[in-house]
Amino acid sequence: MLGLARHTLFQRFTSLRISSSANYSAVSRSRLLSTLAILEQRDGQLLQGSLNTLTAAKKIGGTVHGFLAGANVSAASEEAAKVDGVEQIIKVENGVYEKGLPETFAPLLTENIKKGNYTHVIGGHTAFGKSLLPRVAALLDSQQVSDITAIEDEKTFVRPIYAGNAIATVECLDPVKVITIRGTAFAPATPESGSSKIVEGVDPNAQASAQWVSEDLAKSDRPDLGSASKVVSGGRGLKSKAEFDNVILPLADALGAAVGASRAAVDSGYADNSLQVGQTGKVVAPQLYMAVGISGAIQHLAGMKDSKVIAAINKDADAPIFQVADVGLVGDLFEKVPEFTQKVKTS
Amino acid sequence: MSALRILVPVKRVIDYAVKPRVNKAQTGVETAGVKHSMNPFDELSVEESVRIREKKRSPGGVEDICAISAGPPKAQDVLRTAMAMGADRAIHVEIKDGDDLEPLTVAKLLKKAAEEQESNLVILGKQSIDDDAAQTGPMLAGLLGWPQATQASKVEFGDDDVVTVTKEVDGGVETVRAKLPMVITTDLRLNEPRYASLPNIMKAKKKKMEKKTLEDFGLENVKRLKVLKVTEPAPRQGGDKVEDVDGLIGRLKQLGAL
Repeated sequence: MLGLARHTLFQRFTSLRISSSANYSAVSRSRLLSTLAILEQRDGQLLQGSLNTLTAAKKIGGTVHGFLAGANVSAASEEAAKVDGVEQIIKVENGVYEKGLPETFAPLLTENIKKGNYTHVIGGHTAFGKSLLPRVAALLDSQQVSDITAIEDEKTFVRPIYAGNAIATVECLDPVKVITIRGTAFAPATPESGSSKIVEGVDPNAQASAQWVSEDLAKSDRPDLGSASKVVSGGRGLKSKAEFDNVILPLADALGAAVGASRAAVDSGYADNSLQVGQTGKVVAPQLYMAVGISGAIQHLAGMKDSKVIAAINKDADAPIFQVADVGLVGDLFEKVPEFTQKVKTS
Repeated sequence: MSALRILVPVKRVIDYAVKPRVNKAQTGVETAGVKHSMNPFDELSVEESVRIREKKRSPGGVEDICAISAGPPKAQDVLRTAMAMGADRAIHVEIKDGDDLEPLTVAKLLKKAAEEQESNLVILGKQSIDDDAAQTGPMLAGLLGWPQATQASKVEFGDDDVVTVTKEVDGGVETVRAKLPMVITTDLRLNEPRYASLPNIMKAKKKKMEKKTLEDFGLENVKRLKVLKVTEPAPRQGGDKVEDVDGLIGRLKQLGAL
């Protein structure tokens, strides 16, 4: 044990001493980096979208561990263990953590981070990550870096600010870097032939100061908005919920697309809150984003302007959406969209 | 049920309708001569606090609503607005013009303020629309060791200091319950903030605004994140318009999107 410690110390010293040799120092530095990637699960099912934290962790360099906790996470841990390049999956099986309440999950995570001596902790900028990780960061006295879209090196990260109207490159000086990532900027890792160890994490069995009561999740057979390759969004121009359903849903189905909405459409009750695309809703970056009856306010653009192709149908030729759209059609959406839907279906 | 002593942190930010421009030195966003106002999510926090009192939603009543802001001298404007909307008093923690605080520092400041003011409920916006960090609320809850409910769209008070909050989460809503003291962050769905009336704006001028500094809270403006540069996002190409639906389909096929 002592010998091992001395050996590690020696390594640290040598790497410091010859850090002038760039190549060598990169290797020895990466040996000291270790990242904990937070995975999400629901009812024992691994959320595939959360595997993007492993992708980001691998970009940091150094060792990568995954973390999962909940009532029944064995199967999900085994699935995550198949991701190549991951050394181990830490699992904590305890019903207390099932709903991811930050009051219990934050102490759990903090204990495991301290035990593992991680230099980086990465979670998704999802509802779960946004509620949990700042709490963890505060407990570790670390200034979190939120919603990053790129990793330049182990301490330099890129993140959009001002609703995506400016891009900041920041260097994090904290010893433990707590980071949330923008889902659309890192592709989820795919479980393949990897065989990471699965180990039991520490369980502080934290006292729950809050209680989960219930949830009401919108059920839909359509693709998930956050990860869909095509998204069709409707705005105020749809005029009513009935028209939204009449015009937007058949179009989405013809394209095999997820449905999104502008804030105006959500506020007017045309679509569910969880479908809102924008600065305060979901950020999407599909292959095709079709904006129907959406003017293109700054806050909406923040959520979709990284889409590969943007198409807009709007009767106002001066709508700001046309400034970002790759292809625009000026016309009455109640006429144009059904025609488009029909032609896509039959082509 | 204890009487509520609500602390409402508010931030002065560039107005949501203004398109921010990156400065020439690429160190940040141009703020001089640009319209500023209260962070929209903070308006929701103030409104909710005032409504809890007006609608007598809390069995123990509302004893105090204190707005607090850490910012340049002009942050007093947003504190006056908060008081015109119905906050009882305000605390201004003055920061040098052009300086700003990271969320962790703000959370540490608010922890001390909440303890000093004997607050049992802190209602914050879920994020500020400038930094878009979405951290301060959960950080504060972590430092205080209080329960938290983020992205609230509904807040209800019961007996025995129990608060039930409906939260906006990915894919729908979730309801959690906790006991005071607690931290809540607001989602856009929570309420519709009022406009301050002229008489209330006049009255707000007479309300008490306490002035403080970071040092009063035993804090320094330490930066853990060094901003290396701020740039404009890559502009999008295109802007092609087509004549009809066939043109749209053709162009989308050409772009490989269909």
